[in-house]
Parts: sequence; structure tokens; C-alpha cells
Amino acid sequence: MSDALLRLQDVGLGRGTRRILDGVAFAVARGDLVAIMGPSGSGKTTILRTIAGLEPFERGEIVVDDVRLRGGAPAGMGTLRAIRRKVGMVFQFHHLFEHLSAIDNVCLAPVHALGIARPAAERRAHELFVALGVEHRAEAMPRHLSGGEAQRIAIARALAVDPPLLLMDEPTASLDPARRVELGELLCRLVAEGRTLVIATHDEEFARTWATRVLRVREGVVTERDNPGNNPGNKM
Amino acid sequence: MRPSRPVFVVILAISAVVAAQPRELRWAGDSEGGAPFVEADPSRPDRVVGFDVEVASLLARSLDRVPRFVNITFTSIDQSIARGDADIGLSGIEDTPARRATLAATIPYYRFREVLSVRDGDEGRFRTLSDLRGKRVGTLGGTIAYEILLGAEREYGLRAVSYEDDVHPYSDLIIGRVDAVLLDNVLAERRRQTIAGFTVQPQSVAIGHYVGVLAPSNAPLRDSLNETLRGAMRDGSLERILRAWGVWNDDQPALYARLLAGDQVPAVVVDDTGLETAASLGVLSQWDAAHRYLPSLVRASLVTLVLSCLAMALAVGLGTLIALGRVYGARPVGLVLTAYVEIIRGTPILLQLFVLYYGIAAAVRLPAFVAALLGLALNYAAYESEIYRAALQAVSVGQLEAARTLGLTERQVLTLVRGPQAFRLALAPMTNDFVAMLKDSSLVSVLTVLELTKQTQIFATNLGSWVVPGLLCAALYLAMSLPLSALARRLERRWKAPAA
Repeated sequence: MSDALLRLQDVGLGRGTRRILDGVAFAVARGDLVAIMGPSGSGKTTILRTIAGLEPFERGEIVVDDVRLRGGAPAGMGTLRAIRRKVGMVFQFHHLFEHLSAIDNVCLAPVHALGIARPAAERRAHELFVALGVEHRAEAMPRHLSGGEAQRIAIARALAVDPPLLLMDEPTASLDPARRVELGELLCRLVAEGRTLVIATHDEEFARTWATRVLRVREGVVTERDNPGNNPGNKM
Repeated sequence: MRPSRPVFVVILAISAVVAAQPRELRWAGDSEGGAPFVEADPSRPDRVVGFDVEVASLLARSLDRVPRFVNITFTSIDQSIARGDADIGLSGIEDTPARRATLAATIPYYRFREVLSVRDGDEGRFRTLSDLRGKRVGTLGGTIAYEILLGAEREYGLRAVSYEDDVHPYSDLIIGRVDAVLLDNVLAERRRQTIAGFTVQPQSVAIGHYVGVLAPSNAPLRDSLNETLRGAMRDGSLERILRAWGVWNDDQPALYARLLAGDQVPAVVVDDTGLETAASLGVLSQWDAAHRYLPSLVRASLVTLVLSCLAMALAVGLGTLIALGRVYGARPVGLVLTAYVEIIRGTPILLQLFVLYYGIAAAVRLPAFVAALLGLALNYAAYESEIYRAALQAVSVGQLEAARTLGLTERQVLTLVRGPQAFRLALAPMTNDFVAMLKDSSLVSVLTVLELTKQTQIFATNLGSWVVPGLLCAALYLAMSLPLSALARRLERRWKAPAA
């Protein structure tokens, strides 16, 4: 896979005597929608967190585009800033900033991390809200949003800084079946627009339906590489 | 049920012992007032000595009773006597029209003179109160001397400074915080034995008297004590007591002659005829007094409000820095800040105020208001910092990680996400502390800052009652704290933290 956007090599991480990740290695090509599957506690979320630079790891290497994170030593601030320009993350519980409205949640990073003027950031946020179908909730506070709305606002917030790689942790956890289909279609649209997606899920059906590749993790080891042969663009 | 025979015998025996106990004359004084009035005996600290102790013994003997000392804070003696905590108050208590009106006062047993003390170099400059325009003059709060100084504030434009004890006016005189002290000659002479560098001006400002005070319902007892006092003046036993304590002088025979001749003696005679004081005006009705004191109470509440607002602003700033240092700082920084917080929280605020104002006066001579402001701010900063630290740590890790993955720097995470969320969490306890600060600011009266509670106390002492002053004081405190609480509730509703 020469056109890999993301590559993990021999990534290892332990807590005490327990191995959380053990020699994790895989690559994700641009435009892929990869699902990492496995039971609870298998290390799915930790893989996403190491890619996002939230979890230092002990050995191995993670490369996103041209940015390299090395195991064994904490990454410098410059490397972390660079990796976060490449990687967006949508958390399982969304973690929308509780003190800010939906629109302020989405504009915060463009204005303060990228230095984009507020009106331009608001225009971009509005486009994202329209694309995600939540334009009517722009002024709402997070505590007033439903689970599905909060997830879409969280996706908009991650996309507002325009990262080529988007990580999503358990995106279907709080959605009913109809909403899962909507989410699948949305992810396919994102991939069609050139975004690369890695999702951690234990929703077998969702992964089989929408992912281009499925990786299975058990006790911190990627055990199976399963290719459903999906072409997300065709599902639209 | 009839008591059994042994029980009956025991009850009889106890009754006999109780009946055999001599009756007591409970007398109230403040042993902190010290010699020559009342002080703990240096050789036997459980006993008190002083001329008031001996006068009390003399009075008790005449009634065939045993004197029993009841220690009561000087400023509360009147109220304690009125509510029956003791039979008589004797502790250098001044004869005033208010006391005569609200309590049963004995005839005077000592005549004193209010005298002006100035630094040795100033005896030529500051001879009388009229020489002290624009200067600060200290005295004990709630005394005739303080009333005279309030009159002189209006008449001569000097600044009256109220102290809680009679030591610090003189030590502050020496270091220049005040330019003169007005107190009675007994107190001035006593201080001159321990503090050098000041001169007592020979011309007195007013003449007053010490009396005993009893509850109004005890007027018959007072009358019989008056007879005892007259007898002691006649047979020289009062003179012997006063001579033994070194306070006998030529004023006393003149006073005794008038009293024995049956003349009335005015409570206070102000020598400076230009002065009009509450003491010389006679007794005011409660409402006249309220009308007269309301402006000074409003002024004092302004002091309370300004002091509390400034101190709280400083405490919030310092508290934030301490909390940030403890959450983000290196380990040594955290240890130093933790030590600061624990020392401040573990020691009384009164002690901290005393150290700031009097303790370090030799090195840094802080003005009273600045010392009060710093004392309150440094103390509250420790408590605020704990609130902010807890609030910062209560912001969920998920919120911080979400901010980090968006590419915000650690400083931006703090200022844009963690700080604002922590502030909302801290708001309720902060408001609580601000309301507490409004009331705790009353402690700074020990540093001569005349705030609302102190002014009320002075008002109540002069009036001889706490009812009207207490109501006015409570109303003023509520007028300050209720809007604050309402504002805080509004902000809390607006920024309501989501349910966890």
C-alpha cells in the first residue's frame, strides 16, 4: 500500500504487567473507511488515541502523511501540533465543550488554532451544519442536543479544521437503526469527498455494511484483516 | 413515691451544706484590662488583683458576701449586667449619661482626667485638640474619650482612630501611625511605665469618673452599695486601696467631699467648651440616636463594602495564581503553595491581621486600611485557591482531550475550555465566600479600621442598648449581601453546569 495516509508499525503499549497494544501494525490508504473491531477492552479505542497523539506508546512508530510519532519518548509539542493538523477525532461521548453553543464549539479551533477570522469560520461551520443536517441547532447548548445531534456537531467540529484523517470511536453506540443508516451514508459522503476514516466499533453489521476494510483486534493484537470489498461510494 | 430513708438523709445533708455556703457578690470585670484595675495575679494566674478587685471585696464584705469574679469582655459588661450574668460591673467603667439612664450606676469612686499624650518632640506643637487639625488621634473605642474625639473631628477637623485596647494607641503613637492619644490619666500613666518616648500634656481635656454598674432592677442593692462607698470615703479605706495601687491624687478628696456633702456630680465635664459631645449632651432617645448615628453607619458600611470588594478582587487574582501553580506548576512550586494554603487555613485570621499590622510594623509600617485589605485578601486567597483547584480538576479529561485533538495549545485549552468551565463550577462557592467576606471584614476593626460592626458597637455602647443599632446594622449588611446573592443566582442559572 504505497499511498498509505496512516501507517502503524509494531506499536506496543503496556500498563504495569498488562499489554494493552502488542505489535500493532497496519496501514490505511487514502480514501479508505477502515473499521477496527473487537470486544470491549481489546484495545480499539487505545489504537485511535495513540494515532491522535493522546496516548504515548512504548515502542513502534505511527506515521500520518509526513508526520511521524515514535514510541519510547513523549512526542514534542511541535510534533503533536503537526499530527493534530492531520488527524481529527470524534469521541464516543462527543465531549462537546459544555460552556459553548454548537456554533461556538465548531468555530473555536479554526479561530484560535488556525487563526481564521470569525466570520469565515462561521461560514464554514454553517456549511458543515447544512451538510450534516443540523443547521437548525447552531445556537443550541450541548446539554440541549439529542445523542444524534451531538454526534453530528462533534463531526462538524472535527471537520472544521479540515483534517485528512478522521477517527471515530464507537460512532453507532448511541444511535437507533435508522440513524445508523444515516450515519453510514454520511461517512460514505465524507470518504467520497476525499477524507480517510478509521472507526472503532463493535457493531459487526455496521462495519460489514459500510467499511472498505475491517481489522479485528484481540488483547491488543490485530488478528485478522478482513476485506468486505465495499466501495463506500457505491452505497450512496 | 416517698424517698427512702437513706435518700432523705442525703437530701437533707446537701441542703444543709448549700444553706451553709456564704452568699456571693458576683462582680464582672475584664482581666485583660490589666493593672491597676483588674489583672491576673502574676504569681497566681487563677487569681485577680487590682484596685477594682479590692473595691469589689470591700463592697462584698459590707453585704456579708463573698466576692466572685466573672470575667467579661470590657465592651460587653453593660449588656452582661443588664441580663444578670453578674451583680455589679467594676472595671474602670466610666460614668456616662447613657449608663445612668439605662443601668443602676453607683456613685463615682474615682475621678480621672482625659489627657492628651504626644510624642516627646511634639509637646510644644500639640498642646490641645485644636492643635491637631488633620492629624490622627487614637483612643479606646466606645469611651468618653472617643466621643470627645468625634466632637473634635467635627469641630477641629482631626481624625479619631478607635482601638480595641489601650496598648496599641501608645505604640502606634511612638512609631507615628497616630500623632496623639486621648485617654484617661490612669491609663496614660500606666503606659508611661512600659513605653518610652511620649509626654502627657498637663492640661486635661475632660473630667470623668469610674462607677459600678448594676441592673436597673438591682437599684436597692445599688443604694446600699452607695452607702458602703460613702463609708469607705469617710473612713479612708477607699483612699488606702487607691494609694496602694498608686492612683491616689488630689482630685479624689475634692470628689469625696462633694459626694459626702450630698451634692450631685455630673457624669462628665468637658473642659474644652468648644466641643459638643454625646457624652456632654446627655441622654438621647433611641430614635434621635439612630438619626444621629445613621450617617456614620452608612459611611462605615461603605468602608465595609469597598474593603470587601477590593480584598475579594485581590483574593480571586491571587487564588487563581495559587490554584494554577498547584495544578500546572513543578513539584517545588506546588509544595510551597500547598504550605502557604495550609498555614493560612490553619491559623486564625485575627492572628494574621495582628502580625501584618503590629507584628511587622518595625520593618514595614502598613497603613491600617492597607493592612486590613492585604490581611483579608491573603487569607481569602488561600480558601479561593482551593475552590479553583477543585473546579479545575473537576473539568473532565474528555473536555481537555477534545480541545487538544483540535490543535489548541495547552494555554488555549486552559483559557478557552478549562478555565471558563471551572469558573462556572466555582461561582457558587465564590459568592458564598464574598458574602462571608462582607461579614469577616468586621475583624479588621482590631486594626483601627472603622467598619460597620465596629461603628455599631460604638453606637450601642454610647446608647446603652443593642436593639436599634443591631437592627440598623443587620439591615445594612443585608442591603449589601442580598443583591450579591441574587446576582450570583442569576449568573448560576445562566451558566448552569450540566448535570454530571
